[in-house]
Order: sequence, then C-alpha cells, then structure tokens
Amino acid sequence: MTPEKRAEYWGANLRLLAILLIIWFAVSFGAGILLVEPLNAFSLGGYPLGFWFAQQGSIYVFVALIFIYAASMNKLDQKFDVGEE
Amino acid sequence: MTALEIWTYSIVGVTFALYIGIAIWSRAKTTGDFYVAGGGVNPVANGMATAADWMSAASFISMAGMIAFGGYGGSVFLMGWTGGYVLLALLLAPYLRKFGKFTVPEFIGDRYYSQTARVVAVICLILASVTYVIGQMTGIGVAFGRFLGVSYEMGILSGMGIVAIYAIMGGMKGITYTQIAQYVVLIFAYTIPAIFISLNLTGNPLPQLGLGSEYARDGVASGLSLLAKLDQVVTDLGFKEYTTQVMGSSLNMFVYTMSLMIGTAGLPHVIIRFFTVPKVRDARYSAGWALVFIAILYTTAPAVGAMARLNLMDTIQVGPVGSVEGNLVYDERPEWFKRWEATGLLKWEDKNADGRIQYYNDANADFAAKAEQSWGWKGNEMVTVNNDIMVLANPEIAQLPDWVIALVVAGGLAAALSTAAGLLLAISSSISHDLLKGVFMPKISEKNELMAGRLSMIAAIILAGYLGMNPPGFAAGTVAIAFGLAASSIFPALMLGIFAKRMNNAGAVAGMIAGVGVTLLYVFQHKGIFFIKGTEFLMPELGLGANWFFGITPEAFGAVGALANFIVAIVVSKFAAPPPEHIQHLVEDVRIPRGAGSATGH
Repeated sequence: MTPEKRAEYWGANLRLLAILLIIWFAVSFGAGILLVEPLNAFSLGGYPLGFWFAQQGSIYVFVALIFIYAASMNKLDQKFDVGEE
Repeated sequence: MTALEIWTYSIVGVTFALYIGIAIWSRAKTTGDFYVAGGGVNPVANGMATAADWMSAASFISMAGMIAFGGYGGSVFLMGWTGGYVLLALLLAPYLRKFGKFTVPEFIGDRYYSQTARVVAVICLILASVTYVIGQMTGIGVAFGRFLGVSYEMGILSGMGIVAIYAIMGGMKGITYTQIAQYVVLIFAYTIPAIFISLNLTGNPLPQLGLGSEYARDGVASGLSLLAKLDQVVTDLGFKEYTTQVMGSSLNMFVYTMSLMIGTAGLPHVIIRFFTVPKVRDARYSAGWALVFIAILYTTAPAVGAMARLNLMDTIQVGPVGSVEGNLVYDERPEWFKRWEATGLLKWEDKNADGRIQYYNDANADFAAKAEQSWGWKGNEMVTVNNDIMVLANPEIAQLPDWVIALVVAGGLAAALSTAAGLLLAISSSISHDLLKGVFMPKISEKNELMAGRLSMIAAIILAGYLGMNPPGFAAGTVAIAFGLAASSIFPALMLGIFAKRMNNAGAVAGMIAGVGVTLLYVFQHKGIFFIKGTEFLMPELGLGANWFFGITPEAFGAVGALANFIVAIVVSKFAAPPPEHIQHLVEDVRIPRGAGSATGH
C-alpha cells in the first residue's frame, strides 16, 4: 500500500469519526444538557423532549452510531483493500 | 425457613451451580486461553459478556435509586456510562485489537518504548481496579447478608469461592462464558419487576414507553402523564421538580458526563474484553452489541427509578398534603417497610409525636416553615431512605410474588460477580504479564507464566475479599478514583498513541503523571488523602474551598485531568525527539485492519 493511499484511507476514517462524534456530542451534551430547557417545551411520547434525550434518546443514538461506524468502516476497508480476508 | 428464603436459596443455588458447571467445561490450557479466552469469542457473545463485565453491583442495585432521588440530574450516569462505548468503539477498541497483545499496559509500554510508561499504566490500572472491586465485594456481602440469612463475612467468602472456581481454572475463558450466563440472569432480574410495575402504573408493559405514558394506577385513568404526576407529587412536598432537577449546575453535569464517558472508555477490564474476538471488524461490531445489551438495562433504569419514587411517595402520603389523614399511620405501615427498617436502610423518627409519617423536604426553608405553621410538622421523619432500596425493595413495594424478589437477589449477585471477575482478571494479568514477564522475568516459560497468572489471581481474590470485609476509606471513591484515573491517565495515553504518530515517551509519561496528579489532588483535597478523614486540605481563605474549580465536584473531575494530560503530553512531546522509525511503523500498522492475527503474548 502506497503512503498516499494510506493517508487517504486514514483521512476518510477521520472524516467519518468527526461526523459520528459531532452527532454523539449533539444528542448528549447538546440536547441532553446544554439545550435541555428549551427542548423541554416540546414533548415526545409523553416525555419532555430534553429529558427524553437525556434519559432515553441519547442512548438509542449511541447504539446506532456504533453500528453505522462498523458498517461504514467495513465498506472503507473493502474500498481501500485493507480489510481482513 | 420462609417461602421467600426457600425461593432465594433455590434460585441463587441454581445460578451458582450453572456458573460452576461452566467453569469445569471451560478450563484454560494456554496463556492465550487465560488472558484472552483463546481469541476466538463470537462478537455477539463477547458483547453480552462485556455488558455483564461492565454492569456492576452499582449499575444493578444503586443506579435506579440515584436516578429516583436525582431526577433529571441522574442523567449523567445514564449518558456517561453508555456514551463511553461510542468513544471506545470509534477511538480505541479496533486499533487495540489490531495491536493484538494481552494487556492494556503492554500497548502503552510498546507504543511508548518505555518500561516507565508501562509501569505507570500498571499502577493506574491496579489502583482503579482494586477500588472498583471492593464495591463488588461489599455488594455480594450485603446481598447474602440481607436475603440469605448468613453473615456479611460469610457472604463475601461464598462470593470469593465462586469467583475463584471459574477465574482460577478458566481465566478469561471461564470468565467470558460465566459472564454470558450472568448477563442473562441479571437482565431478567432487572426487567421482569420493571415490566410488572410499568403495567401496574401505566398499563404499558414496556418501561421505556411507560415512563412517558399516562399515569393510570390499576387501570384508573388520571389525565396526567406519569412524569407530570411525579413532578406534582414531589413538588407538593417541597422536593425539587423531578424532570428539571439538576446535579450541581449545568456545567457540573456537562463535565461529570464527560468524565464518566472517557473513564468508561479507559477502564482496562472493559478494554481487554475486545482482545478476545478474532478480528478487527469483530471488535467494532462487538462494541455495538455490548451497548445493545447494556442499553436494555440503562433505558429501563430511569423508569424503575421514577416509578419506585412515585410508589414510595404514594405509600407514605396516602391523602392530600396537609390533611391529618393524608399521612400514613406508622402502625399501619406495610410489611416491606418493617423489613427494610430492620436493615437500617429505612429509618423513621416521630418528630412531632403524632404517630403518622411525614416525608417531605425540610431542607426547603419556605416549605418547612409553612408545614410547621399550618400542619404542625416538625421536620422530615424519614431520616434514612437509602438509594439501594429503590431496586431491592421495588418488587415488594409493588407486591410482586416471592420468586421475583428471589430473582432480583440472584441478579444483583450476578452483576457483582461478573464485574468482580473481569476486574480480578485485569489485575492478575497486569501482575503476571506486565510486571513479572514484562519487567522482572522476560524469559519465563509459557507454562510458568500460566501458573503465575493463576497464583496472582488467587492473591487478587484474597486481597479483594479482605478489603471487602475491611473496606478502606477510598472504597467510597469508586467513581472519583476508578473513573478519574481511567479518564485522566489511560484514555489519553491510548488515544494519543493511536491518533498522534508524533507522540513520544516523554510526552506520554509527563501527560499521564500530570493527569493523574491533577485529578487525585482535587479529589484528595476534598475527600482526604486516600479518603482518610482529617487529611482534607481545602483552603477557602485562598479561594480553594469546596468545588472551587468552577463549581465542579471531585467525582466529576476526571475530564479536567484528561484535559491536563492531553495538553502536557502534546507540549512536552514537542521538546523531545520523535519516536523511532519502528514505532511510527507500529502506529501505521494498527491503523489498518489487514494482518490482524489472534492476540499473542510476544
């Protein structure tokens, strides 16, 4: 594998990480803590929305993020032919 | 023997027999078996084992209570102890799996080409894991003592005996397969009472939905959501509104959540679970499965907390606040109330000598004054309501059958045993592999290392049992010390090792020492040196009073220590030589999945 290909693979990985970590931050620290008061004005399934993010929603999103990461990395590994056989 | 005791002995007995059966079936034959279960664990199975490894006596017994009394503020535990898995999955697990060795300090030692770094990591690991394991031992002692009618010490000895059988014989292999069984036991034990209670209060069998549903006790509609009802009930008695009550301040919650997340990602006993799967791609998926299994309990916990709080308030405040008949007559208290009074976890004092129970927030000055003038209340009479009651007494409060109560006992024991075993393995492998083979006897044969691993496991079990029977002051500091150390030392060292190719030994060691130093100083300043009473050194006259750093509590300080670690490591690394060529190649190599073999010891 050439150093350029290597750098390109790593760059794509870092971009994916950045996107997923922004979502990770937004649902927990954002919706669950910093914006909890304004979001509580809305409601979801009987929950105040901010409270829901803090005690339910953020956790569901965390699970989804890991599976999205695993699937995307598999594709990336194939594209760059660096996966395990 | 009562029917409940017979049920408890039977269910706990069956689960213990199962764990011993697994131990006999999964004996370790090589160091690979002992440290990483042979490296062939299915990713879904590993996810389940990780979930049991992770969910401790505190998650199972205490967390719902912390949420019940902390309300919205309890969210720091829910987000913190799950969000860390995102960091673990995205930033650490796949790369450490690719590196393919047995322990966490081994990566730090190799990556920073430094025995010093490895030894610093071992010290942090042992300090964090020992603090953590004491809590599991006391949990086992309490569960035995309260439900099986044996002494606290006898309870701990039985727990030590069970763990010893499968951890010494099977090492990581035995632990992995018992953890899977323990997960199944604990998740049933946690969710079955929650489903019954959710059905009873809202008619919805799913606690995750019930918490948002209309409050309809025994099918009687109220027109209010359960959370709105709870807000009303608690504020009527002077407590803070449940859904908006913060823990300290918004900033404190932010930093606390961050500390728990990076602490979770940096705990060695969790990280080493990902060394047991065959491939890098398995490590990625396995972290996702682990969080699925953890989320089943963690999304149920807020419902358990809120519903138990509502049940408790309703039991005591039987009518309108302020009317004489509104408060339960002490002599008419339910059976479960008496049983838990006997344990000291519930305590009542008749302050106004009316024979009725007044449970309200007397720390709320306005409400306390009004209660005294209008109703003659002389202070909150429920002087002790322990957090742990919320899970342990929950089935009794909801009048569930004896077998459900017995199942909760078995579940609590499963949670404590599975976490204890994982921690003991992390401790013993860092002694036999990192210290003995890594530092003192590099030429030790595999057979002797396996023997050394078993001997250090025995020593670790005895130490944990002894400390469980005689808990030192710092046993109270699981969150502050274990998560603080993992967050401020191990997580940054691992992350920089993977993502910063230029990071060198000087930077990493300086960073770890700075991170641990800052964190422990702040914790010890508040709680005493190793939590010894009288050695606190707060200096309010110098502006260093309680929570002096932006109002952040010592439990929440790990993230600040991590920040110090990152800054010091990056600055110091600029002034020292870059890592040698072969280390830079190593970093490039862990970034790419191809070529990952099973984990090895050399």
